[in-house]
Amino acid sequence: MIEFKNVTKRYRSSKGLNVGLEDVSIKINKGDFVFLVGPSGAGKSTFIKLIMKEIEADSGSIKVNGMEITNLSNRLIPKLRRSTGIVFQDFRLLPKKTVFENVAFAMEMVHMSRRAIRRQVPQVLSLVGISDKAHKYPDELSGGEQQRVAIARAIVNSPTVLIADEPTGNLDQETAWEIMRLLEQINLRGTTIVMVTHAHDIVDKMGKRVVAIDKGRVVRDDVGMYSDGSETPEHQGMYQGGVFGYYAK
Amino acid sequence: MLNSIIYSIKQAFIQGGRNRAMSLASIFSITAMLLILSVFFILMVNMNVAVESAKQDYETIQIYLLDETTQEETEKILDAIAAMPEVDDIYYLSKDDALAQWKADWGDSAYLLDSLPANPLPNALVVSVGELADADAVVEQAQQYSGVEDIMYYRETVEKLVKVTNSLQIAAIVIMVFLVVVSIVVVSNTIKLTVMARSHEISIMKYVGATNWFIRGPFLVEGIIIGLISAAISVVLSAFIYSRVIAVVGQDIFLMMGIPMVPVSFLVFNLVFIFVALGVSIGACGSIISMRRFLDT
Ligand SMILES: Nc1ncnc2c1ncn2[C@@H]1O[C@H](COP(=O)(O)OP(=O)(O)O)[C@@H](O)[C@H]1O
Ligand SMILES: [Mg+2]
Repeated sequence: MIEFKNVTKRYRSSKGLNVGLEDVSIKINKGDFVFLVGPSGAGKSTFIKLIMKEIEADSGSIKVNGMEITNLSNRLIPKLRRSTGIVFQDFRLLPKKTVFENVAFAMEMVHMSRRAIRRQVPQVLSLVGISDKAHKYPDELSGGEQQRVAIARAIVNSPTVLIADEPTGNLDQETAWEIMRLLEQINLRGTTIVMVTHAHDIVDKMGKRVVAIDKGRVVRDDVGMYSDGSETPEHQGMYQGGVFGYYAK
Repeated sequence: MLNSIIYSIKQAFIQGGRNRAMSLASIFSITAMLLILSVFFILMVNMNVAVESAKQDYETIQIYLLDETTQEETEKILDAIAAMPEVDDIYYLSKDDALAQWKADWGDSAYLLDSLPANPLPNALVVSVGELADADAVVEQAQQYSGVEDIMYYRETVEKLVKVTNSLQIAAIVIMVFLVVVSIVVVSNTIKLTVMARSHEISIMKYVGATNWFIRGPFLVEGIIIGLISAAISVVLSAFIYSRVIAVVGQDIFLMMGIPMVPVSFLVFNLVFIFVALGVSIGACGSIISMRRFLDT
């Protein structure tokens, strides 16, 4: 469960204050699958960074799994991050480690025993469908396979929330759909999923909850399509020129 | 816990090995710092020994008696001074005993004294006072006796000596602190290179929930190992060099000042502790500082 109450985050920059998020209140229940959409600079990454406590909110309250994290002591941040897995557009695998080692790495970091590692890593690799690639290195894999490794690493410690920041941004359409099916499967096992995306067709076809952010504010929160037709032409242009617009050409 | 320590040590050797040139550069700089420190340390220790021994000599008041002074009169003076509350201790030192002691002090070189035509030393009363400031009273009292030839005491000398050594010690400590700070900066910059080379890995460690101490562990161990190796090299080098110095000039210094140099074994014993403590702290502080920026969030 993730709950934001009147959360505001502004960045100080040379040009003054940039709005990151402005008075955002939102509740994401356990087991939800939520798309976070909005134009570039809207505040999506800010939202994610606040959940991971990479940055501090200026005001408001943020609860993750019932734990108030706005004034969490540094000592407890690792505990928060163990309950929240994250994957990125650029995979972020360790190039000198094999697939198996990349996933095992996440378990070593939280002091799991060798035995637990030997048992769980193959299980999770099989869940994401790359058992046969366990001893390959990242640069021997396709983008879709690399993203599967990243997902395996993010879920191997059984987080309650999986955050995905444009996980299909670097993938072709077909591979993107494979990743979406995998995420849906993980969601069906009870893991809450928050996914940032610019992919209209994915959002439209999945029929999940859509939270749209613009200029730091939640401008829409309902189940359904990427856009509800109320956006300004400027924004619509941006949406249509998105990743899948590119692939459609 | 144990697993984490083993992990840290393993990783430290792996990454230290990968950055062999940088690790060697660090070891080289810390060793250089420690060697400079050891020069100061050796000078300080020897100076302290010299000053202590000089103080012992000078803190006593020597009342020289005329050769004609009778035993009766000597005892009268001794009793009177011994009765003073300022006096800690007083004893009679005959001119023969004094010469024998002098010869004993000079050891192998005592034969030089054999050429003296007659014993030049007077009979004396040797007085120790608890406080240097009390010496004046004793001197005043002793001056009243006609059997007293001369009174030797060095209140001002001792006070000056103490002042000089104190300021030398402060100077040495300031220089040592400076050197330690420089070493910490050197190590932290070296380790920062390792940290930067692994910043991608560190950011992933943070995302998957590794604690800051777990992330620091390998770098901390790397710093400590660098410190320990430097300490070992420095102890061996300074012991070797110092023993050569003693072999070459120890005898001359002893003859000139009447004070033996501090033995190598004493030095090594102390340097091992000091260098290991310093090496470990320099390495540990250096690595913690080098990681600060990477572990903010
Ligand atoms: N570190 C930062 N310093 C200053 N401004 C920032 C910083 N990070 C983000 N911002 C600003 O905050 C706003 C929201 O950014 P972000 O959350 O990254 O948007 P999104 O991920 O939706 O593209 C943008 O206007 C951006 O310029
Ligand atoms: Mg972003």
